[in-house]
Parts: sequence; C-alpha cells; structure tokens
Amino acid sequence: MTRSLTALETVSAARWRIAVTLTVLMMAAYFGFILLVAFDKTLLATRLAPGLSLGMLLGAGVIVVAWVLTWVYVRWANNHYDRALAELRK
Amino acid sequence: MTGGVGEPNAISIAFFLAFIALSLGITIWASRKMRTADHFYTAGRSVTALQNGLALAGDYMSAASFLGIAGLVALSGFDGLIYSIGWLVGWPIVMFLIAEPLRNLGRYTFADVLASRLRQVPIRIAAAIGSLAVISFYLIAQMVGAGNLIRLLFGLPYELAVVIVGAVMLVYVLFGGMIATTWVQIVKAVLLLTGAALLAGLVLARFAFNPLALFEEATRLYGDGVLSPGRLVTDPVDAISLGLALMLGTAGLPHILMRFYTVPDARTARTSVGYATAIIGCFYLLTFILGFGAMVIVGRPAITAVDAGGNMAAPLLAAGVGGTPFLGFISAVAFATILAVVAGLALSGAATLSHDLWVHVVRGGHSNPKEEFVVARLATVLLAVVSVVLGIAFKGQNVAYMVGLAFAIAASANFPALVLAIFWRRLTTAGAQWSMIVGTVSTLVLIYLSPAIQVDLLKAASAPFPLRNPGIITIPLSFAVAIIVSLLRPVASEEEGFVALERRLHLGVD
Repeated sequence: MTRSLTALETVSAARWRIAVTLTVLMMAAYFGFILLVAFDKTLLATRLAPGLSLGMLLGAGVIVVAWVLTWVYVRWANNHYDRALAELRK
Repeated sequence: MTGGVGEPNAISIAFFLAFIALSLGITIWASRKMRTADHFYTAGRSVTALQNGLALAGDYMSAASFLGIAGLVALSGFDGLIYSIGWLVGWPIVMFLIAEPLRNLGRYTFADVLASRLRQVPIRIAAAIGSLAVISFYLIAQMVGAGNLIRLLFGLPYELAVVIVGAVMLVYVLFGGMIATTWVQIVKAVLLLTGAALLAGLVLARFAFNPLALFEEATRLYGDGVLSPGRLVTDPVDAISLGLALMLGTAGLPHILMRFYTVPDARTARTSVGYATAIIGCFYLLTFILGFGAMVIVGRPAITAVDAGGNMAAPLLAAGVGGTPFLGFISAVAFATILAVVAGLALSGAATLSHDLWVHVVRGGHSNPKEEFVVARLATVLLAVVSVVLGIAFKGQNVAYMVGLAFAIAASANFPALVLAIFWRRLTTAGAQWSMIVGTVSTLVLIYLSPAIQVDLLKAASAPFPLRNPGIITIPLSFAVAIIVSLLRPVASEEEGFVALERRLHLGVD
C-alpha cells in the first residue's frame, strides 16, 4: 500500500482508532471488575469506611468509567470529527 | 408492612387510569400526524437528542430492571450491583461502534445497514430470523412479567392482565406508530426516574442523606456479607459469558437500534446516546439505594413473604416510606413501564416483518410506501395477538433466563454481522448471512442444553453444556464464521461497495 490516503480514509482511520481504544478500555474496566469478583472476593470485601467496601467503590467506579469514556468520545467527536467532516463536505 | 400490595387500591388505579388517559391522548395526537410508513417507523426523523436519550433509556429501563434489580439487591446485597453494571456498560459500546454509522447507513431496521452493500434477500432473511428471535423472547419475558406483576400489584387475574397489556400496546403502535411509542416512552422514563429518585430521597432522608449510613445499617442487620461479593458469581467463565452477552447484546437489540432512525442526523444520535448513558447510569445507582433501603426499612422476611423472588421490594418500600398514595404511584409507574417497553418491541417486530420480509423479500423491493404502511400495521396486529398467546402459554415460567437469552441472541446473531458490515471491507453476503444464522441457532441450542433449561426446568441431574450463558462461545463463533466464510469466497464487487459505504457512514446521505 504505497498510495497516499484520501482525506476520507484519514478521518475514517482516526474514528476507527478512537472507537477501538475506548471500546477496549471499557471492556478492560468491566471484565477486570468481574474477574476480581470471581477470583478475589476477600480483597473486594475490604472495608474502606463504615458502610463502604472496596467492591462497592470499584463497582460504582465502573459506572463512572462508562460515563467518562462516553464523555471523552462525545468531546472528541464534537471537536475533531465534526470539523473534519465539515472539511470533507466542502 | 405489606400495606396494600396485591390489593386493588383506589389510588393506584387512579394513577394508572391517569397514565392510560394521557398515553391515549398522546396516541390520538400522534395519529393525526402519522400519514406514511416513514412516520410509522421513524416519527418523521424529527426527535431531538434529549427526547431520544429519554426514549432510549425508557426502552431499556424495563420493569424487570426496576423491580428485579431492587429485589436482587434487597435479597443479596452487593451481588445485585454486578447486574446493574452489566446492563449499563453496553451503552458506551453502542456509542463508539454503532449509533452514528447506523443512523447514516440505514432507514428503518438494522438490516438496512447490511443490505446497503450486500445482497438484499439472503441478508434480510437472516437478519429477520435473528431479530424476531430476540423480539419474541424479550416479549415473552415482558408479558409473563407483566401478568405476574399486575396480579401482585392490583390483584387482577394473570390472563386478564396479559390481555390488557396486549390491547393497550396494540392501540399505541397501530394508531400512533413511532411518534406515540416515543412519547409514551418519554413520559414513562420521566415518571420512572422521578418515582425512583423520590423513593431514594425518602429513604436517604432517614439516614441524614448519607448512603454510607444506610449501607452501615444494612451490615448491622444482616452482617458484613451484604457489602461484599457473595455466591451469585461463582464460576468466572459463566460470569464473563453473561457479561459479554449483556455488553454486546445491548448493541444488537432491534428496538434500541431502531431508535437511531428517529433522529435527524448522526450528531443528534451521538448526543442522544450521551443522555441515555447518563440517565441509565443514574437509574441503576438509584436502584442500588432502593435495594438497600428495602433491605433495611422493609426487611427481608417481609419482602420474601409477598414474592419469593424479591420483585415486590420497591413497591413495598414505597408503601413503607410514603404510604398507600406513594405505593399507588410506584405501582402505576411499573405498569406504565411494561406497556411502553412492549410497545417498542412490537414496533420493531412489525418493522422487521413488513420492511425486511414483505417489502424486500416477498415483493423484491418493489412495494409502494402505502402498501408497506398497511402491511406494517397488519404485522402489528399479528404481533399483539402472538404476544398475548405466548404470554398466557408461558404462564408460571421463570422469565429471567428469557431476557438473558434475548441478550445472548442479540449479541451473537446481530452484533457481529452489524459491526463487521460497518468496519470490515471484506465482509461478504454469505459471511454475514451464515454469521447471523449460526449465531441464532448455536445460542438457542446451547441454551437448551444449559443447566437453566436441563436442570432448572426439565429437572435433569446434570446438563450437557455447563454454562448458563453461552455468549463466550457463540459470540466468537459468530465472528469466526463471518470472517472465515468471507475470506474463503471473496466477492470483489461487495468489497468495492465498501468505498461508497464508508463515504455514507461518515457523511450521511448526500
């Protein structure tokens, strides 16, 4: 593949890259949590404060990670992706 | 403490009738705007980002998650959180991989995306098999859940409850199409969120608005175990398998995917998933408070005395902290939730039958919009009748595994073909078709051979297939079939079609 990439292919590759990266991060966070639940129940039972275990903190953390990654994508798309598409439409 | 749960009380019936009146009002208003098949399927593509975010959340937050997860947390503590998280993490995946491409590439169903560069007839048939399997199991689960719930909440006979749900849903979809279904979903989402937030607020008010004080009280009553992993997740392979199905299944549910066609453009689709993810996350965090609230305020014995599965934890909690009026409100909200979800499912089923099968397979794409509109409405009537019959036929069955089954089929049959069609240039018609067929059939077969059916239902001593959820086998299998079949028999013209698809994927229809 020696030919240069078209503008559309560049945009497409950038979007694909960020989509895959964020998907992998989300899966790592979720399945990491599930694996901890399956393999290290005593660690997750650790009490951090009265009424708060490490497991609950990490569980709520996965929800927060989902929010943050979604926000990261929306920010990227609104700022970079939409601008690149506007260029292409010209 | 059971204070009126299971008895028809005037307040819950009044709230319920008010919701029915409002939703029928919406349907009448919508029916005036609905003139074409395009309105029927997509509400004229005029739904805003916040509206679609609420409607997506409404489609997703079923009574099963409201009542089921609150009950699960009340009875097993921390383990309930594992489920809440599993239902949420599919949404970022929808955002990153599916929402915008789907909006730009399709018209009414997700099969449009595949058919835009592959051969119509085989693709539409395979996609319809997967979609209808998902919709059927999801509908059965909702109908059986509705029958049980309404019997517990209002004291109505099971069969009557199922018929009422079927009839009201039919009216929404038949006369109001996507416009009415979307607005009923929005109203319900707002009611459900308000109800859950009020309930959580009343619970937390007893603990100086400190959730940790609530959790601490739970450990004092039921031991430290309620805050740590228990016995729900024992087999890590099964846990990951279920997790995969929940995560990727969300991105393959036909009634969710269809919502992306109701917005005007890809940017709106993107923003709407952002709203949906925020709303659904808040909702699941609230159900966690509700579960612990019910555990502490109502008490486990009182919850299991009404329903062994714990499904009445949230309504009992409402009665406990807000008295009969609040119980009435929460009961009516739960009923409204079921109606709205069933309507969304029926509409996506009707789109599959009329748009994919009738227009593109039976009529070879040469149907006029007027005929498609008529067929879509006939399909809605058919689906309403079938869902009532199935709801009554499956009375008394455990429905939890059916929702799991619907997600497993969605993840194995629909998701791999859809994502490959969007991102992989070399996908061929045969590859996509066999991926969808193998995904559907292998999931059905492995579920049949799993302990959920063999041991729990058929009372066999052991099951030939050890996992309760087959996702970890069937999802990779479906991807592998698509890739191997496509590589063995490449089709140059279909690969060339990807260039045009890629342009539309990003820029939309010019």
